[in-house]
Amino acid sequence: MSADADIAPIEAKEDMPAVPLMERLIRMPVALPLITFAVILIVWEVSVRVFAVPTYILPAPSRIITGFDAVPVSRWLEHIWATLRVALMGYAVSIAISLPIAVGLAKSRFLSRAFYPLLVVIQSVPVVAVAPIIIVVLGTDDAPRVVITFMISFFPLVVSMTTGLMATPPELIELSRSLRAPQFREISQIRLPYATPYIFSGLKISITLAVIGAVVAEFVAADKGIGYFIQFSTSMFKLPQAWAGLVLLIALSLILFQAVNLVQKVFFPWSLPKERR
Amino acid sequence: MSLVKDAITFAGVGQTFLTDTGPLTALRDVNLTLAQHEFVAVLGPSGCGKSTLLRLTAGLIKPTDGLVTVYGTPVTRPREDIGIVFQQATLLPWANVEDNVVFPAKHMRGRVSDKDRDHAREIIATVGLEGFETRLPGELSGGMQQRVGIARALFLNPDILLMDEPFSALDALTRDAMGLELLRLWQASPKTVMFITHSIPEAVLLADRVIVMSERPGHVVADLPVPLGRPRDEDSLRTPEMQDYAAHLRGLLIKKKAA
Repeated sequence: MSADADIAPIEAKEDMPAVPLMERLIRMPVALPLITFAVILIVWEVSVRVFAVPTYILPAPSRIITGFDAVPVSRWLEHIWATLRVALMGYAVSIAISLPIAVGLAKSRFLSRAFYPLLVVIQSVPVVAVAPIIIVVLGTDDAPRVVITFMISFFPLVVSMTTGLMATPPELIELSRSLRAPQFREISQIRLPYATPYIFSGLKISITLAVIGAVVAEFVAADKGIGYFIQFSTSMFKLPQAWAGLVLLIALSLILFQAVNLVQKVFFPWSLPKERR
Repeated sequence: MSLVKDAITFAGVGQTFLTDTGPLTALRDVNLTLAQHEFVAVLGPSGCGKSTLLRLTAGLIKPTDGLVTVYGTPVTRPREDIGIVFQQATLLPWANVEDNVVFPAKHMRGRVSDKDRDHAREIIATVGLEGFETRLPGELSGGMQQRVGIARALFLNPDILLMDEPFSALDALTRDAMGLELLRLWQASPKTVMFITHSIPEAVLLADRVIVMSERPGHVVADLPVPLGRPRDEDSLRTPEMQDYAAHLRGLLIKKKAA
């Protein structure tokens, strides 16, 4: 008995009522958002032209595309790489630091009581305001940028990992104890794999935050990177190329986000809801 | 030395938990003996401390009062010769059936030998899951998942099997089938079984003896042998004698509830 066998007779019916347009659109997961996007672009383009909006206030999409010509491709790639590098380094540091913190918080009520409030305080610090201080303290190379990226992106990871580590069914912990297994195996073989869906929620939020972190760091002190480029272009009143940089940033965030999605889909398919495997 | 050994004994066992709202007495002065390879059902209302009884035997918690022994030795920590089956199968969703069954070996020793895998496949066949070794738990029905749970508990070949309402999450038909399946396994390879349940027909169909517990704080209200030979099947409970027996148990449970 297969699912096909159940569906086939229904499809074979020829007097099926026509599916309404709205229903058909909803069933197109890729086309529908693309249509929305295209409509917005057209409305944008037309309004800018009709109302003669000055470029420094809002450039039309066609004008933004010409903004990409302002710098050669090699220079764009340099900027992209600078931003990407800092974002990924900060992200890696966030993961490396969040994991032991999360294990500590999940396993020990003492650590959780003692340190969780501190983490909330760190999270509540407006990083943009602290960034200049961090640059002064740590100098102008990658270190302060990575620290700023870390500060912006680590908290969702700690929260999601801790939540995930504590979401393990108590029966499995009892099974582990009844087998008298060492603590590290309870974490590595039960709690961590169980936390995978939660960890990936955190990883997806954090990767886009890491890009934001890298850009914030570049706003404060940098001589390359897309964030630097946007700030530089704005100060020169070259708005279309600043917008072009913004478009690249959005694309970078989306690609990184999808990359995390892909890792989950390929290596941890069981951690996704059934319909998304 | 007598022919029948005592597998599990409870002597004056009391259990009090400290909760946020104050102390909670789950068990009070429980005295109970399970002979080796006896199938004993523990029947009682929800929250009467049945599961606490099971966790005490497993060595997962220590009694506040009294003494729990397994084969004459006081239980101070978990033992390898005890297998546990939980209410939910609680399998590892990322591991296939075979990996779930060998999990005790992997978890205890950190690695899995070919012998472990052969052994796992044998047990998987015994519980009727041959051909499903590489399926993930999410692809199995509730009944099949619980079969995997039982296979996992049997993997270390325990002499004592503790079952905490193992079939209560299943639909009625599957539940009956699983009960008879369990009897078949138990007869093929005798074990001391402590079977926690709140279903009277299930207790009567499976057990040699039924222990009736009171509401909290739980203690033993009645300890009755089941007047029914083996092998048993779906029809075993249809006789007037068994109907009377079940009605008697129901009376004991309801009286305790009203009191």
